[in-house]
Amino acid sequence: MIEADTSFSVEGLACVRGERTVFVDLRFTLESGGALLLLGPNGSGKSSLLRLLAGLLRPAAGTILWDGRPVAEDDEAHAARLAFVGHQDAVKPALTVAENLAFWAGLRDPAIAASTIAMALERFGLGRLADEPARILSAGQRRRLALARLLAGKAPLWLLDEPTAALDAGSVRTLESVIARHRAGGGMVVLSTHTDVELDGAQPLHLDQFIRRPAVAGAAPANNAGDGFRPADSGGPS
Amino acid sequence: MRRLALVIRRDLRLALRQASDSAIVIAFFLLAVALFPLALGPETNLLERTAAGIVWVGALLSAMLSLDRLFLADYEDGSLEQLVLAPGSLAVVVLGKVIAHWLTTGLPLMAAAPLLALLLHMDAAGFATLLLAMALGTPSLSLLGALGAGLSLGARRGGVLVSLLVLPLCLPVLIFGAGAVDRAVQGLPATPPLMVLAAFLLAALPLSLWASTAALRQALE
Repeated sequence: MIEADTSFSVEGLACVRGERTVFVDLRFTLESGGALLLLGPNGSGKSSLLRLLAGLLRPAAGTILWDGRPVAEDDEAHAARLAFVGHQDAVKPALTVAENLAFWAGLRDPAIAASTIAMALERFGLGRLADEPARILSAGQRRRLALARLLAGKAPLWLLDEPTAALDAGSVRTLESVIARHRAGGGMVVLSTHTDVELDGAQPLHLDQFIRRPAVAGAAPANNAGDGFRPADSGGPS
Repeated sequence: MRRLALVIRRDLRLALRQASDSAIVIAFFLLAVALFPLALGPETNLLERTAAGIVWVGALLSAMLSLDRLFLADYEDGSLEQLVLAPGSLAVVVLGKVIAHWLTTGLPLMAAAPLLALLLHMDAAGFATLLLAMALGTPSLSLLGALGAGLSLGARRGGVLVSLLVLPLCLPVLIFGAGAVDRAVQGLPATPPLMVLAAFLLAALPLSLWASTAALRQALE
């Protein structure tokens, strides 16, 4: 379903928010099955980078390439190939859990089968809540519902902004295995996190290395991907 | 087409489950118009002459009440990001939301209008024209409202701002809507103002869809 030899790369990407330059000259290349782990302190531009990659923001400079072609040439094709899970879960409290997911999945693929929706909910442990109003979900369960959108679509590129926020340990493991399966099928993931998510062979990208600081360029110490801390489990029952 | 139907169905479902939002708009319409006979006194002549204008002003102000929720809830809970990132044209999504908004506010306003016209002793000759003028005018209000709601996203006191942005744009609807009913009551042909309302709707459709999609993308930057 996903071509084996696609590539996703950015060249010389710069992001300016208001008057402030967040990062400059950022570059990376991601091949099929690859994962990119965005690291850096708060405010280093992880969310901005993900929104740039999704096409929600326009880069101040640089290009984003899919198979060597700038994605800006065809915004709709780019939107079709990516799935974005941002800080907000896009869950409507008045709709049931299944209705919430069915709407987003149907918008991407009008012919989506009800069984695909049910399977995606089941995978994230929401199967028995399918017909409950989303109003009753805890923060962690809402997040899992947002993540279930990934499984209800076939987007090759997943852009995940702090996907583990509010998740309990068990759900983080579920997410890890879902991502591993996606990558095994040739999919790509760009993910930012403060917890330690196990991603085999993920490339770390330290955003604080791309702040404009000519004298120190290239000399910034590299944090290890694994030394993040795990905050107290919050969110719903699993 | 299926995406359009999907968006309309979702917004209708949300509106039905939070029916108080729509009910408030209609209640405001009824109350605001009912104030006029109380303030002006029971003089039938005066009410009869001003009925068309009062009903239209009431409808216009009530429609303003409902506009801020057109995109605000989606903006606040992250749904707007997902709608913008959905494959296909954003204009289809916006059109779906505008149609759902009209079905849940414009249509009930239209249904309540003859009742209020009766209360104001409007001449029976004007009823059919009033309905027709509302049918042509209220979709324009939803379309222009989408533009204002999109532009005011992220602003403090967005609700008031929407009204300030949209009301001046709605003046042609008010003028020709009330004008059509007046002409019908006086026994003159109401077709010319109705044609203007239809033309206004046809012009507002592409322009406001185009402008509100741009405004929504801008709001997410």
